[in-house]
Amino acid sequence: MRRFTRDHLTAVLMLLPSLIFLAIFVYGFIGQTVYFSLTDWGRDPAQALAVRPERAFVGFDNYVRLFTGLLESRFRQDLVNLVFFTVFFIGGSLGLGLALAMLLDRGVAGEAFFRTVFLYPFALSFVVTGTVWRWMLQPQGGVNLLPTYLGLPPGEFEWITSRQQVWRFDWNLVPSITALLVAAVLLAIGWRAWRDLRRGRAVSFLTVGIALGAWALAGGPGVELLPFPERHGFNLALIGIVVAAVWQMSGYTMALYLASLRGIPEELREAARVDGASGFQVYRHVVFPLLGPITLSAMIILGHISLKIFDLVWSMAGPDLATTSVPALLMYIRAFRANQFADGAAIAVVLLLIVATVIVPYLWTSLRGEVRR
Amino acid sequence: MRRLLAILIAAGMTLAAANTVEIFSWWAGDEGPALEALIEGFEAANPDLTIDNVTVTGGAGVVAKAVLKTRMLGGDPPDSFQAHIGKELIDTWVIADRMEDLTFLFEEEGWLDVFPPDLIDLISTSEGIWSVPVNIHRSNVMWYVPAKLEEWGISAPETWEEFLVVCPAIQAQGVTPLALAENWTVQHLWESIALAALGPDDYDRLWTGELAFNDPKSVAAFELMNDVLACANADAAGLSWQQATDRVVDGEAAFNVMGDWAAGYMFTTLGLEPGTGFGWAPAPGTDGIFMVLSDSFGLPLGAPNREGAIEWLRYIGSLEGTDTFNPIKGAIAPRTDTDLGKYNAYLQSAAADFASDRQVGSLAHGTVANENFMSTFAQVMEILLDTGNAQAAANAAQALALQTGVGR
Repeated sequence: MRRFTRDHLTAVLMLLPSLIFLAIFVYGFIGQTVYFSLTDWGRDPAQALAVRPERAFVGFDNYVRLFTGLLESRFRQDLVNLVFFTVFFIGGSLGLGLALAMLLDRGVAGEAFFRTVFLYPFALSFVVTGTVWRWMLQPQGGVNLLPTYLGLPPGEFEWITSRQQVWRFDWNLVPSITALLVAAVLLAIGWRAWRDLRRGRAVSFLTVGIALGAWALAGGPGVELLPFPERHGFNLALIGIVVAAVWQMSGYTMALYLASLRGIPEELREAARVDGASGFQVYRHVVFPLLGPITLSAMIILGHISLKIFDLVWSMAGPDLATTSVPALLMYIRAFRANQFADGAAIAVVLLLIVATVIVPYLWTSLRGEVRR
Repeated sequence: MRRLLAILIAAGMTLAAANTVEIFSWWAGDEGPALEALIEGFEAANPDLTIDNVTVTGGAGVVAKAVLKTRMLGGDPPDSFQAHIGKELIDTWVIADRMEDLTFLFEEEGWLDVFPPDLIDLISTSEGIWSVPVNIHRSNVMWYVPAKLEEWGISAPETWEEFLVVCPAIQAQGVTPLALAENWTVQHLWESIALAALGPDDYDRLWTGELAFNDPKSVAAFELMNDVLACANADAAGLSWQQATDRVVDGEAAFNVMGDWAAGYMFTTLGLEPGTGFGWAPAPGTDGIFMVLSDSFGLPLGAPNREGAIEWLRYIGSLEGTDTFNPIKGAIAPRTDTDLGKYNAYLQSAAADFASDRQVGSLAHGTVANENFMSTFAQVMEILLDTGNAQAAANAAQALALQTGVGR
């Protein structure tokens, strides 16, 4: 047992204020939001904005309604939009950022100039980006007029106002799809454990993975979300939003990658070349593996920006355009326009859980890494 | 010396606070000058009071209302705030017990005799009268440019059936028959079409819960809406209502259904002459019916400067106040004893219609349904725009009406 020293006391006292503030203003309010999401606050208009509203506890009613209610199809499409937006936004930003970084890394003349140019969009607020791109993506002007400068007919795509939807699927398949994805992850972990000769661990992961996969492939018996098929898919209107978001954030990923590329010792590349590796092989086997950690960090940073996206969509498409809507917008509308504060809180909690599934594993692995060191 | 200065400043601030009336509204931009004229008139009439004019911009108050709600929930009400008359006032603020009864003011000022009884009904419950209306707008108006119609060889249709007949002819000339903008203007169009398809009695029965949204009569309204939408521009979702009006003015579109603030926009901002620069007619099939919406100011309980706020309400309800505000705002006065000479040609015709027409309330502007229904009705419009399935949209509307307690 170590003695409690003056040092410990100082440390505790120094940490105490921030601990108290965090406890109240972060975790306290998260707890309050979770509580509100389990009540009926707002359903009775007389209580919605009362000085001391009476809120009845209704359990998971609001969540059940969001995922299975007839009128809440917008929430479900918003979730689908969010997934597609996140995938394309992260993919686009990483790809473009990496490409720009690799080009600059080759020692272009005026590199500092280009670096600044590519970084500038990052300094703008999403509202500014959104407004500018909203103008540029007007169907009858802006980007669609570019081909006319080359003597071609103007573009026909309606960008944000498009109502086309592709890759449609039935919402009732979501549990099965989710189960399949989870099963795939479990099987991958199990397979690795098997390879590393940790048989006990491998068997348990593989068994659960196979069972889950089998349940999903059987069509997810026992779970029916909706009594009728409800089509959701990728709204092409989102492409415009993705373009604007990638334009804004790819300079940032470029900076991350450039720093990381500069950190790779020249000796490593030289050694690879001496061994007879081609330019492509140097990248494939030396550079890219060393960029792994920074890619993970970039994905986490972009991921949580993307999952919480609100201002960009608001300024580009407005809050009411369902084709480009995301849950954060709906949360605002339900709470502050329709006075359904409990619904708003439930959407907020769903968003928190989604962000947590991205952040927590990352924190967990990086913290464990630090302890080991 | 420094201390003396500090005391003086502190004293000055308390003095200023006591004589400041904080007014919360969404009237900035195109609508700002009318409010400023009203404030100027008020301050001239009450030299000891100054107005703290707090505005949050955004069409139809979408952002301002959210800011107001956070302030009210946080226990920081302004002295007086703007609210649409009807359910938006009653079902949001009055039933939550947030407002002060203004019956005494109506009695003191004799307003019970000069405001039309139908209008007073919309701001009253059995417990009292809850706000002071400052203007009257009409929702069901169709706008066009007379010279352009002549050029295309068409006239303003009197029914939607007529409109659907001329629609292909207009399209053949490369012109959009109907200019439409973002989602709320679709809702705005819907209320005019529903009124035409159902007639005023059945339209009213929708809001008392006596007529279901999925009744065959109502479904017919959604079907008519569907046909009309086929004549509208495809890029509507990206436009503001002003841009849709611009399309009509520029000759890219033939007609536009919008509230009569569009007249204010064309007259004041674009400088067009009513009757020649732009023309108007009741939305097809709604002749003789006046779909009302109106802005009003109320007195929240716990207003920091209650006395000042009462003086403000007294002024905006007075003849001088309404006739200062409305000619600039492009609205007609809620009072029956107004001086029509101060108003332009459009407003004079609207005032005549208001006095003689049958009145019904607007959905998109908060008169007939609570905010939950009104806000989520956007989802019903999206279902119609997305699928073109009138029955599905009608079913969703009925489910929504049951869930939000319309007519309860």
